[in-house]
Amino acid sequence: MSELLQFLFSGVTVGAVYALVALGFTIIYNASDVVNFAQGEFVMLGGMITFAAHAAGLPLPLAAISAIVLTAALGVGMNKLAIEPARGAPVVSLIIITIGASIFIQGAAQIIFGKQIHSYPAFSGDTPIGVAGATILPQSLWVIGGAVAVFIALWLFFTRTLLGRAVLATSNNRLAAQLVGINTNFVMTLSFALSAGIGALAGVLATPITLTAYNVGIAFALKGFAGAMLGGMGNPKGALVGGFAIGLIEALTAGYLSSTYKDAAAFVVILAVLFFMPQGLFGRKSTDRV
Amino acid sequence: MLTVEGLRSRYGRIEVLHGIDLQVNSGEIVTVVGANGAGKTTLLRCLSGVQPVSGGTVTFRGDQITTLAAWRRPARGLTQSPEGRQIFTNLSVEENLRLGAYGFADDRVDRDMEDAFQMFPILREKRNLSAGGLSGGQQQMLAMARALMGRPSCLLLDEPSMGLAPIIVSQIFDTVRGLKDLGVTVLLVEQNAFGALKIADRGYVMETGRIIMEGAAETLIADPRIREAYLGI
Repeated sequence: MSELLQFLFSGVTVGAVYALVALGFTIIYNASDVVNFAQGEFVMLGGMITFAAHAAGLPLPLAAISAIVLTAALGVGMNKLAIEPARGAPVVSLIIITIGASIFIQGAAQIIFGKQIHSYPAFSGDTPIGVAGATILPQSLWVIGGAVAVFIALWLFFTRTLLGRAVLATSNNRLAAQLVGINTNFVMTLSFALSAGIGALAGVLATPITLTAYNVGIAFALKGFAGAMLGGMGNPKGALVGGFAIGLIEALTAGYLSSTYKDAAAFVVILAVLFFMPQGLFGRKSTDRV
Repeated sequence: MLTVEGLRSRYGRIEVLHGIDLQVNSGEIVTVVGANGAGKTTLLRCLSGVQPVSGGTVTFRGDQITTLAAWRRPARGLTQSPEGRQIFTNLSVEENLRLGAYGFADDRVDRDMEDAFQMFPILREKRNLSAGGLSGGQQQMLAMARALMGRPSCLLLDEPSMGLAPIIVSQIFDTVRGLKDLGVTVLLVEQNAFGALKIADRGYVMETGRIIMEGAAETLIADPRIREAYLGI
């Protein structure tokens, strides 16, 4: 019993990271129909920049904030330099551009931060908290809390604010969005900034547990993508649930089958979703009528 | 209110507007009629700023807006109900209307929405439903209502009758006629020349990117050439 609980704790922790990545996917997808495969690199940068800034003498909270801000700025730069010039290209081309950006960021990170594995101290110490025979790290609570907080903020943003609806409107019909007075370029800039910032936050929170290196981004991107697909692309609620589900499936696979198969779990889920319910758990059926 | 002088526009290397001159005075309903492919929609796209202009000028309420960003134009009082309706299919009817008044956040938004529901009662019934599920006629009403939410002094209306049943078409034209009494100036682009000229004050006839005729609507409607070429009479 305590064994299962232990697996669940680790699943929820890693699932929270995937949920944050999936939420990042959701924002850019909602604004542009583009799946941004550089999302995982934002997670890597969050951890890396925090490490570098902390190592350079900045207090940890300040290092974390600077990592989020810098990564958000990099997201904006990526939109301006790589996505915006290709506006009008098919979505598939834009997605390939994001894969290119991902490889570029990874290469640059390797040069700047080196190939070593990095980490920094956990925010609230390393003393595990015992719960019914299992233990959970205080840092796990930070990660889970971060995912839930970001989800609530995003959900309010998309359903309660005019700007949030403008983001949805821009993805649905860019021409009409411009005709009602929405600055669609600004919407894209905002989406990339938010998305990159949330990715970086995931990295900032997770690194004390998962450690970071220049090449950890891809795994985060693919698993976050699996979470977003499972939940239904474009739906924040789906991203949250899907991300946690992937984390749990992964932890249970590692615990009860073998940790060798851990990474395969996410891909089995992607395939199953594509075969049996391409809309995902919470995906909206498109109701276009002509 | 709206003055267009020598307007040219191209898609790639092909010029589709070869110098359009056009004038819309305050309070008028002006229509541009012509066959499919004459450049009518391109003209309206240029006026809304979503299509690049390669020559000439657009002046609106005394300001040159030829190169003004598209998203800044509704705030100047120039909104468009585009060809093919282009509603936000994944949002509700009410959200579509609210976004029509994107630049505004005052009490008048609610009043205007109430007016839109008065004008098109079916939209009130469906206000919480996804706009993608509306019928063609309802989508057209939504597109017009959304453009009106932007408080236009001049409304650009592109092919509101396209693909609709005759009874709906006459309803739509009646509504456009009614806008005049509300003080909205209308530039109406239509293939349905007869319906458009009947409600318009003045008209322009467009053919392959040029204005070939202009005049009072009743003059055009009586012109034998127009009758033969566009009215099928």
